[in-house]
Amino acid sequence: MAKTYRRSQWSHGLFILPYLSAFALLLVFPLFWGIWLSLHKVDLFGPGRFVGLANYVRVFADPVFLQALRNTIVFVIVSVPSLVALGLFLALALNRTTRATSFFRGLFFSSSVLSVTIVTLIWRFVFIPGDGLMSVIFKHLGAEPIHFLSTSGWSLFSIGVATVWWCLGLPMMLFLAALQQIPADLYEAAALDNASPWRVLTRITLPSIARTIMLVTIIQIVMQFQLFGQAQLMTNGGPNGTSRPLVMYIYEVGFVRWDIGKGAAASQILFLIILCAAMAQYVVSTRKTEN
Amino acid sequence: MSASIKISNVTKHYGALTVLDDISLAIQPGEFVVFLGPSGCGKSTLLRMIAGLEDVSAGTISVGDARVDTLPPGQRGVAMVFQSYALYPHMTVAQNMSFGLENIKMPKEEIKRRVKAAAETLEIGHLLERKPQKLSGGQRQRVAIGRAIVKEPKAFLFDEPLSNLDAALRGRTRLELAQLHARLGSTMIFVTHDQVEAMTLADRIVIMHDRRIEQIGTPMEVYQKPATRFVASFIGSPAMNFLPVTAVQNNPGGLAVTTVGIGTLQTAIHPQAGFSPRGATLGIRAEDIVVLPQGQTGTPLKAEVIERLGDRSLVYGVLEDGTKLTVEVDGRSALVIGDSLHISFDPATLHLFDESGQAHRTGGD
Repeated sequence: MAKTYRRSQWSHGLFILPYLSAFALLLVFPLFWGIWLSLHKVDLFGPGRFVGLANYVRVFADPVFLQALRNTIVFVIVSVPSLVALGLFLALALNRTTRATSFFRGLFFSSSVLSVTIVTLIWRFVFIPGDGLMSVIFKHLGAEPIHFLSTSGWSLFSIGVATVWWCLGLPMMLFLAALQQIPADLYEAAALDNASPWRVLTRITLPSIARTIMLVTIIQIVMQFQLFGQAQLMTNGGPNGTSRPLVMYIYEVGFVRWDIGKGAAASQILFLIILCAAMAQYVVSTRKTEN
Repeated sequence: MSASIKISNVTKHYGALTVLDDISLAIQPGEFVVFLGPSGCGKSTLLRMIAGLEDVSAGTISVGDARVDTLPPGQRGVAMVFQSYALYPHMTVAQNMSFGLENIKMPKEEIKRRVKAAAETLEIGHLLERKPQKLSGGQRQRVAIGRAIVKEPKAFLFDEPLSNLDAALRGRTRLELAQLHARLGSTMIFVTHDQVEAMTLADRIVIMHDRRIEQIGTPMEVYQKPATRFVASFIGSPAMNFLPVTAVQNNPGGLAVTTVGIGTLQTAIHPQAGFSPRGATLGIRAEDIVVLPQGQTGTPLKAEVIERLGDRSLVYGVLEDGTKLTVEVDGRSALVIGDSLHISFDPATLHLFDESGQAHRTGGD
């Protein structure tokens, strides 16, 4: 009997070998090496010595870590829903084919192609005390200017605003792509069914793009937990560590104080947090969709 | 509840492109009307204009006594079954059916009663808690009809609802639709490009072509008395034979027509004043051509292709001068390719079309 073309053969695996090699070398290997490092007392100048979970104990006993963890969680809790909601709002508003909407899609997406250096530079111009845009506005209104980048609470808020502005393009585009997949005749059926715009949004549009909402949320959770550049360049984690995120903590421990083992342990904790948050979001959304 | 529908001088433009030109039509309450025509003739656009999914460029549409062309779709009192069914994928069958009623704040008990009644009518009671992706094509189709029924509309609009079903299911659903119409007695408009659907379902067929209505009539009227050459060619399978007319002569019994291929035929047609043979054609349906028994002499035809359909066979033949002609013969005929047969014509079954395609009828019609 002749072999069918669809029969699986090991040699077919050669097609994915280039990618698998890069994946193993750049992702799988560093992940396990990171775990290995987190179990050792190690610096850059010599081989490590096995210390078990001591690095993890040291990390959890470090108040700076706990503060960075709290900052990061607050940042994620505020920035991710903002990105999802604003991205969805923009996508709904721009889900038409006119010249104006094409222009605005391009405009809102353009911030995404900028580097973090440019983004933070722009927002420093906005938030910096004295000649910054916000200061000028406050002065014009006769109000006392807020020192956004050097006041506890406001510094993390400022980083959040810059981040949302920078990252908004991707959620908007993903939502637009999802909205354009919804068959037009569903909306026509809803029009014949006397559905109000609110009912159309809540009963037709949002359920139809539920998977994309979940995807965008997970992508944003993963991305925003890794906040670093904006905080580094806008506030340097200050004042008093109130805007220091976890990645900056890992950077400082690992590459400023050269405590590689402790830095690696903090990295594994961040990895687990991101994994749990993304999985929790996935499970909750899947259960909701099934119901 | 069923209502009349009146379409008066309706026109539809998309920019400079006119897709419907001055359409007028009156549909009686409880009537089953089929819009039939080739792709792009504007039949679906006309249906969508009645539904309110397309604006009317000029003219008016009334449902019952009320003008509706300025109302939003939900307030026109019509329900539509889409070609793709357009079921809400994340809702169950019951939710799909009750969505429209919830939107008009109907009491829950009444919604339940209507959904249950419609589900019983369509025998989909066991599917109410399923989602559309768990249903077969035929079941989805029933749910789409159920969603229309629960609204108790003044008229049902069907936009090619059978085209996504396989042949066997299409035939069965066609029959069920006819039964549903008989049971509900509602006004129904059905759009299709399938003449079998049109012939079997319609009280009246509206044949559309090139932005206009070509003919409105009962299925047998449009088949037996096509008003134009287009209708004659579109209705009937195989298509009517058309032979170019070269000369005519007025006789007391009707016009004697000379055609390419056959020669002169005496017809029972009395053309209207001003009829000119220039550009005219004679139409003959395959089943109206008489095949003479062996031994009798008529017009000889040589069989080139024979299509055996079971109860009948279609002979695609060629006349002595090379003119092609299709003839229907009995299914038990032993004809084979290359055989010659002799044919003749019944004057009462001939159709004459002038240069513009208008039909000229047999005396009195």
